[in-house]
Amino acid sequence: MSVTSENIISLNHVSKSYSGKKVLDDISFYVRKGEFVTLLGPSGCGKTTTLRLIAGFLSPDEGDILLDGKDISEIPPYRRPFNTVFQRYALFPHLDVYDNIAFGLKLQKLPSEEIDKRVRKVLKMVSMTDYEDRDVESLSGGQQQRVAIARALVNQPKILLLDEPLAALDLKMRKDMQIELKEMHRELGITFIYVTHDQEEALTLSDTIIVMNEGKIQQIGTPTDIYNEPKNSFVADFIGESNILNGKMIEDRKVEFVGHCFDCVDEGFGQNVDVDVVIRPEDIYIMNKLEGAQFSATVKSCTFKGVHYEMFVDTDKGYELMIQDYNAFEPGSTVGLLIRPSDIQVMKKERSCNSFEATVVDSTHVSFLSETFETEEQTRFPAGTKVLARVAFDKVDLTDHQEDGTIDGEVHFLLYKGDHYHLTVLTSEGEHIWVDTNDIWDKGDLVGVNIAKEDIHLCELQQ
Amino acid sequence: MNKRSSWALPYFIFLLLFVALPLILVMVYAFQDGSGHFTLSNITKFFSDSDALGTFALSLEVAVENTLICILLGYPAAWVLANKEYNRSAVTIVLFILPMWINALMRTLATTELFNMLGVTLGKGTLLYGMVYDYLPFMIYPIYNVLNKMDKSYAEAAQDLGATPWKVFWKVVLPLSMPGVASGVLMVFMPTVSTFAISEFLTNNKIKLFGTIIQENINSSMWNYGAALSLMMLIIIGITTMFQGKDKEVEGGMV
Amino acid sequence: MMKKILAKCYIWILLILLYAPILFIAVFSFTESKVLGNWTGFSTQLYQNLFTGSMQGTGSLMRAVENTLLIALIAAGISTLLGTVAAIGIHNMRGRKRQVISFLNNIPMINPDIITGVSLFLLFVFLHISQGYVTVVLAHISFCTPYVVLSVLPKLTQMNPNIYEAALDLGATPGQALRKVLIPQLRPGMISGFVLAFTMSLDDFAVTFFTRGTVGLDTLSTYIYTDARKGGLTPEFRPLITIMFLCVLLLLLFINIRQFRAEKKQNLK
Repeated sequence: MSVTSENIISLNHVSKSYSGKKVLDDISFYVRKGEFVTLLGPSGCGKTTTLRLIAGFLSPDEGDILLDGKDISEIPPYRRPFNTVFQRYALFPHLDVYDNIAFGLKLQKLPSEEIDKRVRKVLKMVSMTDYEDRDVESLSGGQQQRVAIARALVNQPKILLLDEPLAALDLKMRKDMQIELKEMHRELGITFIYVTHDQEEALTLSDTIIVMNEGKIQQIGTPTDIYNEPKNSFVADFIGESNILNGKMIEDRKVEFVGHCFDCVDEGFGQNVDVDVVIRPEDIYIMNKLEGAQFSATVKSCTFKGVHYEMFVDTDKGYELMIQDYNAFEPGSTVGLLIRPSDIQVMKKERSCNSFEATVVDSTHVSFLSETFETEEQTRFPAGTKVLARVAFDKVDLTDHQEDGTIDGEVHFLLYKGDHYHLTVLTSEGEHIWVDTNDIWDKGDLVGVNIAKEDIHLCELQQ
Repeated sequence: MNKRSSWALPYFIFLLLFVALPLILVMVYAFQDGSGHFTLSNITKFFSDSDALGTFALSLEVAVENTLICILLGYPAAWVLANKEYNRSAVTIVLFILPMWINALMRTLATTELFNMLGVTLGKGTLLYGMVYDYLPFMIYPIYNVLNKMDKSYAEAAQDLGATPWKVFWKVVLPLSMPGVASGVLMVFMPTVSTFAISEFLTNNKIKLFGTIIQENINSSMWNYGAALSLMMLIIIGITTMFQGKDKEVEGGMV
Repeated sequence: MMKKILAKCYIWILLILLYAPILFIAVFSFTESKVLGNWTGFSTQLYQNLFTGSMQGTGSLMRAVENTLLIALIAAGISTLLGTVAAIGIHNMRGRKRQVISFLNNIPMINPDIITGVSLFLLFVFLHISQGYVTVVLAHISFCTPYVVLSVLPKLTQMNPNIYEAALDLGATPGQALRKVLIPQLRPGMISGFVLAFTMSLDDFAVTFFTRGTVGLDTLSTYIYTDARKGGLTPEFRPLITIMFLCVLLLLLFINIRQFRAEKKQNLK
């Protein structure tokens, strides 16, 4: 592949807000010439906004976008040497296939023989040779997709931008198009910037993946890096299947989780530090005998997944783990489990406790998240003082009905941690509250949030 | 992209000048005397003028009667037209919409002529007949539209849950079609309550409706009293529209 | 089966009642009798009178027809332009601003003709604008444009929001994108808006009546009104009504059947 070391485009500290809400928060990355870069993340993570900034449909509030070292933030989209393949194709319904593809060339006022030659060549490349007179609305989704790609490529852009181009296709079609896109990229040597929420697609296609969440870049790396060494629990959960567990780094190369102590290869976290531990389900060795195993577990369920079996087990200390193995183990049977040091991925915890900037109202009340909460009586902070209110994850109480809570919110993200769920609740004001709970919630559930007065701990606000 | 919203500015100014300002002027004139001083006399004149009050009541009565008759006749028609079992032809629907596009005065005159030939005495009966005749299509069309677009699986689900065809109609189809009835009421009631020339022709000037009184006052340069009467009409219209709530979106695709 | 026959009968009875007066006029347009219902033998004399002007007052009748068509054409044309531009603007508006303009846009459609007429009359009096051709056209634009806006807006909503951007992306300037992509997409909505506005204007009586002033401007509606109040329908109106009815019938059948066909084709896909 012809990835060079030369940067074609780079974004420096780019931020963008819509009506006060920050959708991109200090994004920086670069793309090298000829590279296939994927922006990956769940819906609303800012990936499409990033693409639209590059295309020029939006301009950044802060930061700049450099093309070959020159700032292009203020150049309108029609002067940028990029072309876009839109999510729902955006073919012009009043033009036939040929005129759709020739649209850009005709605007450049190229001679008609030249246009004809180039349109035919690109039609051949997307295997749509006999379709030039067809009405675009009579084409299938896959065919429209090909026309959209052809329409963008015919202009020989420096960068091809693709906004979830395969999202509307069925699975089989998507797999075929993935292979074709990869081929096209190799043949043309054009830089591709690709947006998707499908992690498998990203792993298959990309040279580099940029994982995004909530307007921030979570990790940049090759597919292998991102899969094997996720930087945080979000990336670990989003890419592939994983067991994410609370753990404690006892000392260098020693970590404790699921109630046992394991050897690992990580160093430099310090001693007795809370960490997140990620174990891929295929990295847990499962066997019938207990000797040679590090701990035991009981098989709860076993499902055949085509190539492997997927099993859920309850460990001796009551944690649930997902295991993938080529052999099936009977539900109910006791098994031995073993994890190799190099398969344990230890990550720094991003947070250990909710902390909100708060204002003391009086000796028994404090306000934060635009609401007033009752606290235990205190005299340390006079009314009006700005303080930090800390609430442990497991002390936040969620109720089914929004009106029963002091604050209402929506379950935004959830993570299973072996013996409990770790939820991110987004309040109606757009703030985050993290909650550890044993109850089962779904993404999108509307909840009321309550915090008991004895669970709110006030401390000084550090500047 | 957002700069595009300024494209609505010329029309916005136009609306202010030719829609908002005129309505404000109606209110202003209603509370002024001939020399431009504030007065309530136009309003008190209306409430003490038994002739105007009687006509006002009669207009409301005729409009309500007409609307009810149009619902009773129009709903079954719309239902049959929207029912694939009974009607598959687009032409029948067009035939029902068609009279909406012919000059109402012409249609009214044709009706009057027909009555004259048949020797029917012109009066309230012919007035109501003519009104129903003029406005029935405006009731049928919106109801048909709603019924036609209604997801058939609602009715099927009700049947599946044990409802008889009658029950399906009363409990599911009728409630779901109420927005259509509502916009039909709007399209029939409003013009009937404000009609003027039509009533004159249909009753050979025997029965005066409120619209005629407004017109007479304006034509005889009694602008302020005419404006006050128009304001009364506006209040009626406002009340009716409020009843419609959010369903008042008039469909654009009648052609 | 019984039900089906009943349903069909009901529909046809309604249709017959709806069309009886017009058909009756149409039949009697082919006889010379001054009194309706008195068949004095087949004749096309009334049609000849209408077109050759050999009847009393036909000159001003033809003038009224001319006025009607011309006013409708001008008003519909300007409304289509104004309404389309406005619709693009409204489509890109959000929140409160959009509510306000949509509310104002709805008023002329809900307002009874007579109120629109009286209020515009007061406006012209207030602004000391002498009433005549121009005021009638302005008044017609004011009640026609909302229909254009409502015809064009759905086309904008149905449109893939990326289409305009796609044109920019392929190198079209905003002006080119408007001409080559946006307008062709909106054309069906603009056409049906124009047709609606045109028929609305043709149909209008009350608004014209109040805004035409005293310069003797007559459209067909006001002419008929004055004429009929003078005492009965002039016989020459019979052929005129018949011709107009046929024109509208053909136009609407053509448009609607084409639209139904297109919808069917869409559904089959």
